[in-house]
Amino acid sequence: MPYLTDGQRLRLERIAAEVRILLIEMLVAAGSGHTAGPLGMADIFTAFYFHILRHNPKDPLWEDRDRLILSNGHIVPVRYAAMALAGYFSREEALTLRQFGSRMQGHPERTVLPAVETTSGPLGEGLSQAAGMALAARIQGKRHRIYCITSDGEHDAGNTWEAVMFAGKYRLSNLTAIMDRNNIQINGMTEDVMPLEPLREKYEAFNWHVLEIDGHNMEEIVAAVEHAKAIYEKPTMIIAHTIPGRGVPEIEFDYRWHGKPPSREEAERFLRQLRTLADVVEAPQHE
Amino acid sequence: MAPVTSFPLHPGVLDPRQREMAATRDGFGRGVVEAGERDARVVVLCADLAESTRSAWFRDRFPDRYIEVGVAEQNLAAVASGMAAEGLIPFITSYAAFSPGRNWEQIRTTIALNDQPVKVCGMHAGVSVGPDGATHQALEDIAIMRVIPNMTVVAPADAEEARKATAAAAAHPTPVYLRFAREKTPIVTLPETPFTIGKAYVVWEADGEHPVVLASTGTMLFIALEAAKALEASGVAVRVLHIPTVKPLDTATILDATRGARGVVSLEEHQVAGGLGSALAELFVQHQLLPMRFVGVQDRFGQSGKPDELFQEYHLTPRDVIEAVQALLAE
Repeated sequence: MPYLTDGQRLRLERIAAEVRILLIEMLVAAGSGHTAGPLGMADIFTAFYFHILRHNPKDPLWEDRDRLILSNGHIVPVRYAAMALAGYFSREEALTLRQFGSRMQGHPERTVLPAVETTSGPLGEGLSQAAGMALAARIQGKRHRIYCITSDGEHDAGNTWEAVMFAGKYRLSNLTAIMDRNNIQINGMTEDVMPLEPLREKYEAFNWHVLEIDGHNMEEIVAAVEHAKAIYEKPTMIIAHTIPGRGVPEIEFDYRWHGKPPSREEAERFLRQLRTLADVVEAPQHE
Repeated sequence: MAPVTSFPLHPGVLDPRQREMAATRDGFGRGVVEAGERDARVVVLCADLAESTRSAWFRDRFPDRYIEVGVAEQNLAAVASGMAAEGLIPFITSYAAFSPGRNWEQIRTTIALNDQPVKVCGMHAGVSVGPDGATHQALEDIAIMRVIPNMTVVAPADAEEARKATAAAAAHPTPVYLRFAREKTPIVTLPETPFTIGKAYVVWEADGEHPVVLASTGTMLFIALEAAKALEASGVAVRVLHIPTVKPLDTATILDATRGARGVVSLEEHQVAGGLGSALAELFVQHQLLPMRFVGVQDRFGQSGKPDELFQEYHLTPRDVIEAVQALLAE
């Protein structure tokens, strides 16, 4: 039985298209930042902020909220875009990305924007923090869940695997991690820079439950997160296969778009493509 | 010439027959159990060094609040950050060479910049670790912690002050670095001796005008007092200033205690570069120019040996302090 009705799925897809449009506008305004990774994660952040998380944008530090930890902080523009549309702050504020005095820091800063939960950017540390939160929540008998978004590239880092071992040891079933498996990092394809596979088997060997999904399929995203809640003895890793640059066909799969923003001309082209996509999503579907 | 009444000293400081010895890491072990009794939010994280860091004392008392991360100092720091984010008060324990030595960036990003009040406890600091040799003798930890914004840095003088500093750190709102030593050192303070994070103390007052000030941190306080006794016996006016909190410096007390002084000699079981002496020099050049000498490790690594042998080799003895004072006075 599907977890989403057609109406829910269409709504999420429509919002994801809006998130991508705002994201491109933010990157152009900022003049620097990452493009491919954030576009690839727009569907997952939309699913979290508009369906999965127990949260309240008007009370961001509500004690019983679910925690969403972003380990690979460089994709934070897509998080800001989703948060703006969810009502944490205005679109106008989102457009101050990377500017002096803005809460929209280039990499997320908890002290200026507490709703991001952690300061992050240096890779390989978020899963440790999420695991610490999950253990602390259990020690204190708290019921909220801890979600951690990680990148594939940061699995080069030893710190990540220290956290994987730790979460397996303490059977942190209130922890669900989502890996953005987009196969790119700054210097090229992940399997060329430093082979990571077999990722599923590695996580299983460290006593995690592992799911693999299409990271652009709303039904699969929501179903995997729901499935993880039913795994009582282990943390769950959801390997989300994503397409870097998703939504802008001319840059999809291109690792050269990892770390740069579009120019104004490129952005206009990208936005036309994204709006076309949004229109398609919005059109009534008769399947 | 006398110890000052506001900072009662253990009688063993003046009389070797009454001297008591204990390691500052033992003070940590007692202090963290006290903190745990006082506050259920206190947790201790250990990286496979339970006995030698004395975190085992907490484990035996509060097994449910003791977390073993294995030989993984980066994870140690970042897990603690996450636990603090959920409202707990984590103490992370390892040798200073590894934490903050190996996990400096995790401490900078996930603890200090992220403003989570984790207490970083570095054991086995200094050459007094002895036979383990250079790899395990942290001599740079004060420097690398002192330069991180939002980090408080405390090096207690003895086991009693270490106990107080640990308990105080639990209630302190910022991240704190606490520095402890492996070897037993003389007990200098008493339970009633004051200790507050952020305070410096005059513990030995000069008899005479324009004294030389010996400014020490950590267990070098005892060395400073030994040197002070000998110097006063030879007619040199000496004031001893104890600075357990290297950051933030108690600038008011330090400037008061050094105003009109002939000069200052800093003492630390640490590299001269970046440590207490550097911090004092940064202060003095802005407020009152004073001649200085630095007793500390002079840009070298440690090595195996007995603590006494190593103190001789690295010029950390009372004799070295006296020579530094004489050099100052000869200017």
